[in-house]
Amino acid sequence: MSETANEVERLSCDVLIIGAGGAGLRAAVEARLAGKRVIVISKSLFGKAHTVMAEGGAAAAMGNVNSRDNWQVHFRDTLRGGKFLNNYRMAELHAKEAPERVWELETYGALFDRTPEGKISQRNFGGHEYPRLAHVGDRTGLELIRTLQQKLVSLQQDDAAETGEFEERLRVIDETTITELFTSDGAVRGAFGYRRNTGRFLAIAAPAIVLATGGIGRSFKVTSNSWEYTGDGHALALRAGASLINMEFIQFHPTGMVWPPSVRGILVTESVRGDGGILKNSEGKRFMFDYVPEVFKGQYADSPEEADGWYTDPDHNRRPPELLPRDEVARAINSEVKSGRGSEHGGVYLDIASRRDAEYIIKKLPSMHHQFKELADVDITSEPMEVGPTCHYVMGGVEVDADTAASSVAGLFAAGEVSGGMHGSNRLGGNSLSDLLVFGKRAGEHAAAHAERSGPAELGEDEIASAAATALRPFEGEGENPYELQAALQAVNGRLVGIIRRASELEEALVELEALRPRVANVAATGGRAYNPGWHLALDLRNMMLCSMATAKAALERDESRGGHTREDAPGMDPQWRKTILVSTLEDGEVRLRRQTAAPMPDEILALFETSELAKYMTPEEYQSADRAEAPEAGQEDAE
Amino acid sequence: MSTRTFRVWRGDDEGGELADFDVEVNEGEVVLDVIHRIQAEQAPDLAVRWNCKAGKCGSCSAEVNGMPRLMCMTRMNLFDEGETVTVTPLRTFPVIRDLVTDVSFNYEKARQMPAFAPPEGVAPGEYRMQQVDVERSQEFRKCIECFLCQNTCHVVRDHEENKPPFSGPRLFIRAAELAMHPLDARTDRRETAQDEQGLGYCNITKCCTEVCPEHIHITDNGIIPMKERVAGDRYDPLVWLGRKIFRKDKKSEQA
Repeated sequence: MSETANEVERLSCDVLIIGAGGAGLRAAVEARLAGKRVIVISKSLFGKAHTVMAEGGAAAAMGNVNSRDNWQVHFRDTLRGGKFLNNYRMAELHAKEAPERVWELETYGALFDRTPEGKISQRNFGGHEYPRLAHVGDRTGLELIRTLQQKLVSLQQDDAAETGEFEERLRVIDETTITELFTSDGAVRGAFGYRRNTGRFLAIAAPAIVLATGGIGRSFKVTSNSWEYTGDGHALALRAGASLINMEFIQFHPTGMVWPPSVRGILVTESVRGDGGILKNSEGKRFMFDYVPEVFKGQYADSPEEADGWYTDPDHNRRPPELLPRDEVARAINSEVKSGRGSEHGGVYLDIASRRDAEYIIKKLPSMHHQFKELADVDITSEPMEVGPTCHYVMGGVEVDADTAASSVAGLFAAGEVSGGMHGSNRLGGNSLSDLLVFGKRAGEHAAAHAERSGPAELGEDEIASAAATALRPFEGEGENPYELQAALQAVNGRLVGIIRRASELEEALVELEALRPRVANVAATGGRAYNPGWHLALDLRNMMLCSMATAKAALERDESRGGHTREDAPGMDPQWRKTILVSTLEDGEVRLRRQTAAPMPDEILALFETSELAKYMTPEEYQSADRAEAPEAGQEDAE
Repeated sequence: MSTRTFRVWRGDDEGGELADFDVEVNEGEVVLDVIHRIQAEQAPDLAVRWNCKAGKCGSCSAEVNGMPRLMCMTRMNLFDEGETVTVTPLRTFPVIRDLVTDVSFNYEKARQMPAFAPPEGVAPGEYRMQQVDVERSQEFRKCIECFLCQNTCHVVRDHEENKPPFSGPRLFIRAAELAMHPLDARTDRRETAQDEQGLGYCNITKCCTEVCPEHIHITDNGIIPMKERVAGDRYDPLVWLGRKIFRKDKKSEQA
């Protein structure tokens, strides 16, 4: 290794943003507008982050299609979707601020689909009472990331006009991965990483850091997630001393492609169902009517006639059960397949061809039409799709303060999928794009304020040298190929920590993960440092290991079933568990788990629900507080 | 399942060569699956750029048997049994390593593109546009920035000297998108495309449109209307006369 290759590029800024998806870019806009010098680290090229994969839309109660929608209705839907485990304050801020965040995108140049009055159109989605998702066909994530990307460029243009330099205040460093955070006295001071192109290292001093790294889906074989989703931010936070919450809750999206094998897991948007598609088993039965759980019986139709009536007359018909929250639909599909009523390739049928005309389908679902035609030789305007559950999203993440997005480590913030709490035990479709806008903005704003208070950070030579040595270790390893180890890790998670779990299997998973640890620690990379995917995967593996450990431990501890955590040996929700959060921390290299009582919901929040509904989730002491009797009845604000 | 021969370009900015791999191919696979199998089993350091594997991010652009394509959307059944599949990096951009090229040219051009100018006096939430009006721009916003059009365009494909004055089809449709945006406040999009982006270099061979994986009508709906408007405004004798006779502000009052 030549000496120049080991020279470390030294940079500094006020706010360092790790991740260039929607949350990271929105945070960057805010921190830059607050006058801070900002660096954004993008693991891929600028504009390719996983946000681009989001299809359905951004949920925001603008009331453009149904004027009865408002933040309270959105809030209620979000809590129901999350089975009341949500950080209520995050869900409240999210529901209140999402419309402003979406409207703001139009001032950056976004072009959403329109209503006849020329407003932003909104579509139906699982768990949302009214049409609520701002969208552009089924490529909303692309619109969002491109809009934010172009906004960043416009801010750089402003800076260039003023100072002559595009990167004077806002710099995007692409194809770069952060491997370590530097901390001292419980505060962050910067980060260390490598540039993919050259393999050269860089160390960035920064008093405020925003994690916006997305999720952990690559730890599962059948996943809708891209290679980037290796839990980097989750692991960086743990190693920096922050805590993760809710790691047992992983969302398996009900509809991933199942055939051909090479595309297994690729997402089929929920919009197919929102726009009229239905699920059928091999007997041709529309089976979702058999799977409406007790807590949702009041809101979902019990016959095909009523369900079909809802599309045109939602005020007098209940919603089709295909639009239940994702966890419910995924479990139902899983159950049909296990009972021998699956499709030819182990999924079920998603049929929109017999329900809508070809022109409508191509107009509303252009990229699904294209995707199935190109990858599976299936014309969705004339044949049903075969679909099955795919690992899609992690509800768990960095424990943050709802208002500021701050973690327990001073100067460390988190927004988007890497943060935890907002979605409780299960995220509603459409709530991710709005989440990353709302909390991306808040994280950027508060990170900028933190940088203002704390002043510049400095890094020491020793810590940089140590981080470099850790990053180079795979080249000295005599162990296994990283691709084999990743496959082994994915196999453990898929087999034992998947959509349906049992205590005995989770114990087995922990034994197997433990056995993988020394193998991962000894992983070997071959070749040089420039653009070497094997080396990069070797470094990502340790993050995937940490996240997998946290998930398996928390899944074993929580002996109930809720949202994205289903225990066959502990069916049903337990009101005691509803107010209990599992917190993961790292101590001496080991993931530790502790129980924490969730903050009680204040009366004005409880008052948004009927007592009879609260009783389905909570202990009597929780919902029968003294002044509840005088609180306004739920639903009243709808009439405003 | 069958075994196929893949020839993959390996090397860096100092040179390289095609390397042969015999590799297993299964039903329904795409070129990117096979490249990944080579990586997992035979060449762990094989450099390839990819993200979504579903044709949505535009990362895995390469030339497959000489044709610019997204590797994730190129089905193996496109090739005959026994046909060797040759995969090389995009030719128009400098190689970083193996199948990965330095596409920063496109990002530099994007920086020179004047941003969306929000209409004055219209508050967020008050934007009103008709679907039929946004659709023209929406077609161009389908662009996934795979840069296959940029790679294919003969103006720059073998002409490094044209890169400074020429932004390329990706940026022409960005200009068209903004020119057709119902609320963009700038009125000089076409002139900018002509004067600063090198629109005049394009002689409408439509190669860009042919390779677009999103099937955007780059030439017909983007470039040609932009050229027509520019030509119309500049060379139409009536417009010329009008300019001579009326001051510009007067003319717009009459319109």
